[in-house]
Amino acid sequence: MSFDFSTQLGDKRFSNPIFTASGCAGSGKELAQFFALEELGGIVTKSIMMKPRSGRATPRMAETPSGMLNSIGLQGPGIDRFLADDIPWLKSQNATIVISIAGESVEDYGLLAKKLDGIPGISAIEINISCPNVENRGQVFSCHVDTAYAAVNAVKTNLNLRIPLIAKLSPDVTNIADIAESVHSAGASGVALINTLLGMVIDTNTMKPKLAGKTGGLSGPAIRPVAVRAIYQVHQRLPQLSILGMGGVASGRDALELILAGASGISVGTATFGNPLAAIKVKNELQDLLIEKGFASVAAAVGFAHRDS
Amino acid sequence: MINKHARKIAAEIVSNKRVGTYHHMVFEVGDLAAFVRPGNFVAVSVGGEASSMILRRAFAVHRASAKTHIGGILELVVAPHGGGSKWLTSLPNGFKVDMVGPLGTSFGIPTENVRALLVGGGYGSAPLFGLAEVLKNRGSRVDMVLGASSAAKIYAPIEGKRSVNSMTITTDDGSAGLHGRVSEFLPEIIEKNNIEVIYSCGPMGMLAAISEIAALMQIPHQCAVEESMACGIGVCMTCVIPMKDADGVIKMQRSCIEGPVVSSERVIWNSNGKIPAGTWGEL
Repeated sequence: MSFDFSTQLGDKRFSNPIFTASGCAGSGKELAQFFALEELGGIVTKSIMMKPRSGRATPRMAETPSGMLNSIGLQGPGIDRFLADDIPWLKSQNATIVISIAGESVEDYGLLAKKLDGIPGISAIEINISCPNVENRGQVFSCHVDTAYAAVNAVKTNLNLRIPLIAKLSPDVTNIADIAESVHSAGASGVALINTLLGMVIDTNTMKPKLAGKTGGLSGPAIRPVAVRAIYQVHQRLPQLSILGMGGVASGRDALELILAGASGISVGTATFGNPLAAIKVKNELQDLLIEKGFASVAAAVGFAHRDS
Repeated sequence: MINKHARKIAAEIVSNKRVGTYHHMVFEVGDLAAFVRPGNFVAVSVGGEASSMILRRAFAVHRASAKTHIGGILELVVAPHGGGSKWLTSLPNGFKVDMVGPLGTSFGIPTENVRALLVGGGYGSAPLFGLAEVLKNRGSRVDMVLGASSAAKIYAPIEGKRSVNSMTITTDDGSAGLHGRVSEFLPEIIEKNNIEVIYSCGPMGMLAAISEIAALMQIPHQCAVEESMACGIGVCMTCVIPMKDADGVIKMQRSCIEGPVVSSERVIWNSNGKIPAGTWGEL
């Protein structure tokens, strides 16, 4: 039996369903020492903003049971330098590129879209509207249907490139399907589920928050059930919307769980910190597992947990 | 290329001995040992397959030897403080740990003979013994100062003492050697021995104090910095410290890739959990 390991996000086809997660793969160069980047379905870049950004002060990290908090604060070189330095290098590696962007304002999202418009070789854009590590939590556009719509709409209306727009959502909301519906109506053909959950650790020796930024984003296997739930709910409401699933995926079994809930692609994030080869491991295990379960393709397994019988 | 010799290997424990409050552990690492330089570190998975501790633990390499009767070996000094290091130090010989390395920058070795001072704090002394051997083999004079809060926290093995010309011990509580902090005794030791270069490893506060002295006395100083780290390979962006780049611009740079060994005049010390004013992209 032939097996089709390719997958589709929006109307774009990818060689396989395993991606890096935004902010978990550096510029790509760091991982290229361990595997060929073209092996993955795509490299999702760190979320790029209009201007250079120092990110937050340190400590930025705290390990938690089966997870970790991070408080990076979108450190990065800004879109101009990123397009000049990082994108040509990724292209030289034959990597499939998904650019992640983040704005401080709705206007920023439009400006970032214009910057990307003439750039060839981008397969999709992830619109990060859910980073928890910003000074003002009011900037988390994905917490309200109106702001989520506005940010995605700003990208859509300023972009002539016909590539999938994938809005990255926060699970820290009352009804994530409502938010997904809103970004879909604004022009997103996919959603990335889920960003980290906002958390805090207090050091019981110093009796102060462990992170300099006090709060951080919780990731890792600890949040996987939250991801499965969010993906399941969104797929149930909007089966036509592509889902790039993420949240504590460290094995093929974990990836399959998110696919069964409704994800068409899987990002491997925090697992890469513990194992530079995690994405390749997940890819190989997932392929074996899908074949073992008798699926002829990735598509056949997407949302399979929703069947009645 | 970043970490061009780094690989992920199964490293077998061949020795695990308690030394004071620390454990000296030896691992069989095969060919990898030949690429390890003093100052490099390795990242080790802890807790086993089903561990809830998902991040690797970073350890400065104590020593690496490419050619022993059992092949390439690598030595670490581990302080059993937290759950991960306690697990690691409890392992028996023959156990294989998941190790990634060698990672990060190494101490620069001068091409000519120099009079070098090596300063270590606590088990931060660990990578200095391997460095001392390299410097001695090049014909350099090596003086060493080791400081800690108390005698039990000094890591100074007998064979390590043989690789240096002089060894000074300081403790904060006076339980061994000179009573006081390392930095109080440095100016005198530097002058007496005509020190030309300083290498250091230890807590950030100590490195900051040494940097101040090195700057005043105009002596080049390379130090191994540390900051909470998740990945060790440059992807997570957690272990950053404010450092000047080649153009003098302060940037939050990764201690795992730009460091751990850096030239101390690049570092903005005592930033106290804040982004220093003037940092590129300051929020």
